[in-house]
Amino acid sequence: MPEGYVPLFIFLAVAILFPVVALILAKYIRPDVPSRVKLEAYECGIQTASDSRARYTVRFYIIAILFVIFDVEAIFLLPWAVRYQVLGWFGVAEVAVFLVVLAVGYVWAYKKGALEWI
Amino acid sequence: MLDTVFFYLFTLLTLGGAILTVATRNAVHSALFLITSLLGVAGLYLLLHAEFLFAVQIIVYVGGIMVLFLFVIMLVNLDAAAAQRQFSRMWPVALGCVALVGLELFYFLGKGEPAFRIAAPPPVPEPTAGNTERIADVLFSQYLLPFEIASLLLLVAVIGSVVMAKKRI
Repeated sequence: MPEGYVPLFIFLAVAILFPVVALILAKYIRPDVPSRVKLEAYECGIQTASDSRARYTVRFYIIAILFVIFDVEAIFLLPWAVRYQVLGWFGVAEVAVFLVVLAVGYVWAYKKGALEWI
Repeated sequence: MLDTVFFYLFTLLTLGGAILTVATRNAVHSALFLITSLLGVAGLYLLLHAEFLFAVQIIVYVGGIMVLFLFVIMLVNLDAAAAQRQFSRMWPVALGCVALVGLELFYFLGKGEPAFRIAAPPPVPEPTAGNTERIADVLFSQYLLPFEIASLLLLVAVIGSVVMAKKRI
């Protein structure tokens, strides 16, 4: 394991343990006297209308797959960002070509209305 | 020592997540356990000093592909499939696979401790340059053309996905 990553895992362990410990501790400290009125949704909530596992519209799928594609694009930018100083203007030109090709696809998808919600 | 502890931790995450992925009935829960498994694999990449793959695994697989998986699960109606009896005709195949893997396991258990020894971690190539920097150096010089062609491939993916999904709206 590369040395610099140990603090990351300490951070992760604290992040996981904090809510777990807080919730378990609160469960034993707080008084627990539920009644029907108390358990109702109030102020910031409406009554449940139906099951949340309903079928979604296909628009979500287009958004998701476009997200994955631009995610992969971002991955290709990561090595460039890390080596920015060394690569210089040559790197900028290479990445510009890469981005222009993808921007064509983005503009086309936008013009086609793939990103429109209605 | 610390590496060994992390290795077993990530292996547990990977295998446990994988088992729960196939064992749960609810498809959404399966997808969430698959995320756990993929995070474990990301940890194993980190142990092998492949920091770039670690980032790719988390950003693309856990962040992107799994979101797509969840959307696809919600697009199709899986309620009927969850109620059905699953894999009823495939159990002899499964039994055969389990027997084979079990046989393998017992063979190596018979060989004793050396068969289970974890390979020593590879030596860090150059302390000055990290994994991502080395990938950048090669990607932007030797593999420049494949890098630019990759953008064309992504463009094809954008157009293909929009054309295929648009027809159905």
